[in-house]
Amino acid sequence: MESFDFPFFIEVLVGGLLSGIMYSLVAIGFVLIYKTSGVLNFAQGALLLFAALTFVSLLERGVPFWITFAVTLAIMAVIGILIERTVLRPLVNKPPITLFVATLGLAYVLEGGAQLLWGTQVHGLDLGIDDVPYVVGGVFISTFDLFAAAVAASIVLLLTIVFRYTRIGLAFRAVADDQFAALAIGLKLPVIWAAVWIAAGFVALVAGLLWGARLGVQFSLSLVVLKALPVLVLGGFDSILGAIVGGLLIGASEKLAEVYLGPFFGGGIESWFAYVFALAILLIRPSGLFGQRLVERT
Amino acid sequence: MTTASIPLPRPASAIGRVPTWPLPLAVIVFAYAGIPLFASDYLYDAILAPFLALSLAAVGLNILTGYAGQVSLGSAAFMAVGAYAAYNFNLRVEGLPLLASIVFAGLIASAVGVVFGLPSLRLKGFYLAVSTLAAQFFVQWTLTKFSWFSNYNPSGVIDAPALNVFGYVFEGPHGRYLFSLSVVVALTVFAARLVKTQTGRNFIAVRDNETAARISGVPVLHTKLLAFAISSFIIGVAGVLWAFAYLRTVEPHGFNLDRSFQILFIIIIGGLATIRGAFFGAALIVVLPLVLSRAGTFLFGSYFDSGVLDMSQRILVGALIIVFLIAEPDGLAALGNRIARRLRLKSPTN
Repeated sequence: MESFDFPFFIEVLVGGLLSGIMYSLVAIGFVLIYKTSGVLNFAQGALLLFAALTFVSLLERGVPFWITFAVTLAIMAVIGILIERTVLRPLVNKPPITLFVATLGLAYVLEGGAQLLWGTQVHGLDLGIDDVPYVVGGVFISTFDLFAAAVAASIVLLLTIVFRYTRIGLAFRAVADDQFAALAIGLKLPVIWAAVWIAAGFVALVAGLLWGARLGVQFSLSLVVLKALPVLVLGGFDSILGAIVGGLLIGASEKLAEVYLGPFFGGGIESWFAYVFALAILLIRPSGLFGQRLVERT
Repeated sequence: MTTASIPLPRPASAIGRVPTWPLPLAVIVFAYAGIPLFASDYLYDAILAPFLALSLAAVGLNILTGYAGQVSLGSAAFMAVGAYAAYNFNLRVEGLPLLASIVFAGLIASAVGVVFGLPSLRLKGFYLAVSTLAAQFFVQWTLTKFSWFSNYNPSGVIDAPALNVFGYVFEGPHGRYLFSLSVVVALTVFAARLVKTQTGRNFIAVRDNETAARISGVPVLHTKLLAFAISSFIIGVAGVLWAFAYLRTVEPHGFNLDRSFQILFIIIIGGLATIRGAFFGAALIVVLPLVLSRAGTFLFGSYFDSGVLDMSQRILVGALIIVFLIAEPDGLAALGNRIARRLRLKSPTN
């Protein structure tokens, strides 16, 4: 074997960490919903697709950027409220797995709806960031990846501030802690759930734009949900910190494995590596890295 | 909802215990003797063949998810394992009868199922559901990556062998139908018997309350793995039917994640923990796109192209799932029971 190429290793590692942040961004949307309503929202990927497709289609029709952003956000808010009304409210107190399958159905509706509405062709999305590699000590780092990381960081910061210092954040945490106690002190669960779904829609929009700029806005965008699931399993479904750390771990290990182990398997191991990695860790720590030490029953 | 006001809202599984063997027998007789009287090639190849394969897969998944309570999102992977294993047994073992390769294929699928079922010993609920996705991706990757499985065929798509059982070749749409039907009947009868035995009750005990099951002496870990083994065996054989009797080619892309979801949807629409629910659900899922396509073309003409069809089908299936979960969580099986009970109440002889 040739000598170990250290700068190359760092480059792969950094690339992996940065793409891991993109995974985290999707995973955070899941965590928001899971924390407050105990639903593993499989439709998060479909929401992301819907948001990105709506955004790009409006933009292509000549609507200015910020207006498009606002309109898409409003649409996502309406969808969030609709989901709460039509899907979650009738299914309240059903077993978690029922809710999960309901979000699977929801994902189908959203994916079909988005493409029926806006068509199935691939849209390019340019956020106006020149993707010139940044050179630090002989290591190439993509500017776009750095930008994405910065956006992800600000979202996390924003969410942390909202959760920690605002009234609605306090209500979120109360509901996450104990739904019955929250109800008993007069918090309105439907309102809070709608708010959380709107927040998840916002995260989906941001993640959708970043992923869309990277991959093109198309159906496969909704498949990033599959990249986020191992991150969630690893980090714990209810921890934003876990989503971040899990995303970084998965992103880095996936890229390193693809580069250094992939050749032994004939490549393409990215499709399953994250799952096997997450499972291996879970067998040691069943509640994930940061999840509550309480394993979900049935 | 109004369901609360209906008297005796019994779950579907409880109602299923009324002795009902004459009805399934009549259905089987009809399937063998009645359907061939009027069936066209189109009915055999485009409707009955996928219906039978998907029904069997759903029976298999229902044992794992409906009876034993372990949610799996990897059914299509086990179908693929079955299909490829049967193909390779048939190809590489000289003189092995087709039925033997199908049984061996089921056993291989079963073994793979147990391996991917191992996480169920530590993980529950969502964590388990997500971990079964590992099976989905790993199996699909393996089958596309290593061309040994497809006998180094450059396109990865291979022709299925003839359905030869002890010298008799099941040929043509009608022959393939009889072959599928016989396999499905045999395994369905097995599954229907199984869930009434101690093993079946163990499955239900583990599903309903793992701790209580353990206390009352059910070997929980063993039961879970057994559920994975039996379920994967049936799903694997369903994969063989899908490839050999329906598509007549073996290719990995047909066994993707959407197929796994489809099978899960079938048992939810049909009714969890019912055998007949698998058939009701599969019928709906198979017929729905055909009806939708006809209706769409009739209503919208050429505007309703295959893309629009695909999308509206997705929306409809998704919406159906949500509607069933909300309005009829026990699925078509429970709906059928209710209708039957209404009819009985109305008829003057009762």
